Amino acid sequence: MAKILMKGNEAIGEGAVRAGCRYFFGYPITPQSELPHYLAKRLPEVGGVYLQSESETGAINMVYGAAGAGARVMTSSSGPGISLMQEGISYLAGAELPCVIVNMIRGGPGLGNIAPAQSDYFQATKGGGHGDYRVIVLAPASVQEIIDLMRVAFDLADRYRNPVMVAGDGILGQMMEPVELGEEEEIQIPPRPWAATGRMGGEKKLINSLYIVPEELEQHNLKLARKYALITEREQRWEEYRLGGAKLVLVAFGTAARICKAVVDRCREEGLAVGLIRPITLWPFPQKAFEPVIEEAERFLVVEMNLGQMVEDVRLTVNGRRPVHFYGRCGGMLPVAADVVREVKKLYGGEGQ
Amino acid sequence: MYEAILIAGFGGQGVLSTGQLLAYAGMLEGKHVSWIPSYGPEMRGGTANCGVTISDSPISSPVVTEPTSLIVMNRPSLEKFEGNVVPGGLILINSSLVDIKATRKDVRVYYIPANELAEELGNARVAGNVILGALLELTRAVSLDAVEKSLREVLPAHRHKLIPLNRQALETGAALVRRPATAQAG
Repeated sequence: MAKILMKGNEAIGEGAVRAGCRYFFGYPITPQSELPHYLAKRLPEVGGVYLQSESETGAINMVYGAAGAGARVMTSSSGPGISLMQEGISYLAGAELPCVIVNMIRGGPGLGNIAPAQSDYFQATKGGGHGDYRVIVLAPASVQEIIDLMRVAFDLADRYRNPVMVAGDGILGQMMEPVELGEEEEIQIPPRPWAATGRMGGEKKLINSLYIVPEELEQHNLKLARKYALITEREQRWEEYRLGGAKLVLVAFGTAARICKAVVDRCREEGLAVGLIRPITLWPFPQKAFEPVIEEAERFLVVEMNLGQMVEDVRLTVNGRRPVHFYGRCGGMLPVAADVVREVKKLYGGEGQ
Repeated sequence: MYEAILIAGFGGQGVLSTGQLLAYAGMLEGKHVSWIPSYGPEMRGGTANCGVTISDSPISSPVVTEPTSLIVMNRPSLEKFEGNVVPGGLILINSSLVDIKATRKDVRVYYIPANELAEELGNARVAGNVILGALLELTRAVSLDAVEKSLREVLPAHRHKLIPLNRQALETGAALVRRPATAQAG
């Protein structure tokens, strides 16, 4: 099948439709507005519903309602809008409702700007809302990977009855790359016996995150914890790039990882043993990726489009066994490959400590 | 083959669509391509730019910070991006609108009166393709045939009558740099 040239934001929309998503509720915000724009046209073509809500708070609660009724449903926004959704995301996690939330991250805090950033890593992976909960977070790095991961996102949401966040950035949303869409498959959405679709003489189905008796909430929390442990064990995803024999291992996700691939290529050309671990799941963090390389790796350099967020998870994983360094640009600025190469050379072989 | 091309100018000059056309043509030739726009709070008359990467191997980073070729359609773009071009790279300047010269001595510079040439062809809006033709003649990033085929695929049928004019614009630019004396190679 021929490739087509597609924008990242549009690929999220097409990927969602092909994954069987038929409901989208959202409110426009740069740099992801092409996504609702695309779905406004595309969803009615497949018998779905696109609805622009009155606010992000409205959108996430519409997602709660649709998910509760058993639909494959999605919303999307960027930084400030995702902050507004946090209450709803906590409720979705508490009620164990499957859904997909897209955050095309822009510069913050506050209104910040509309330029690409990765400064919502903490919010995405550590629980942006209240309560003891986790959201599965996927971080694509190319337009093709967006298409592929949208299917994964909806499947994981269903498998674990949990919200899944797809975390990109403005660059990923705006850039165009060729994609292979493949044949459109007939999606069988797994049965949802728990969905609130009417009692029909059967048992009462209540979708709720309220457990007023502490003993009961503790049991619910422990049940969620067992689910999160299972996800952590089974669902870690990452890409390894030229890791063989790497003495210095770069760790980066999304757009920063693309830039780091160029850094690895340049370093390898100059004979420096540098490789890259690219986390694809930000939560669960791919701790398993580090064990095989930690013998040979002398140090790690984490590169992010923020002031140092994922670096904390790398340090927890490496647990003091090797030095973990950080290089970042923030405020919507991108790391420049030449600058990262300079940083690598400063660290490589133990200088510059 | 690896070309990282930055195209910069005023919003409304077709900078972004020229880049898309180039990326599309690369894709049709089976190459790896990416297109990335500047997407600030831009508007018609403001500045706009896009980076296009065309490569025989997978593209590690789509971000064009050190272009191998630079097309400048207005003066602010020359001032902003001249310093970023890799040594030995290429700068194509639309001399119809840019009234200063490049200062770099370690790159190849061509001055192309793209707007005047486009007007001679009968439509000022093909200026972007005049300068694109020059770029393709000098870099061989993609063939003119692939660009023409891309136009056929991306333009709606009722615009196909414009394809011969666009082809002519590409060839005009290409011919100009084939005779460097007239293109004022610097």
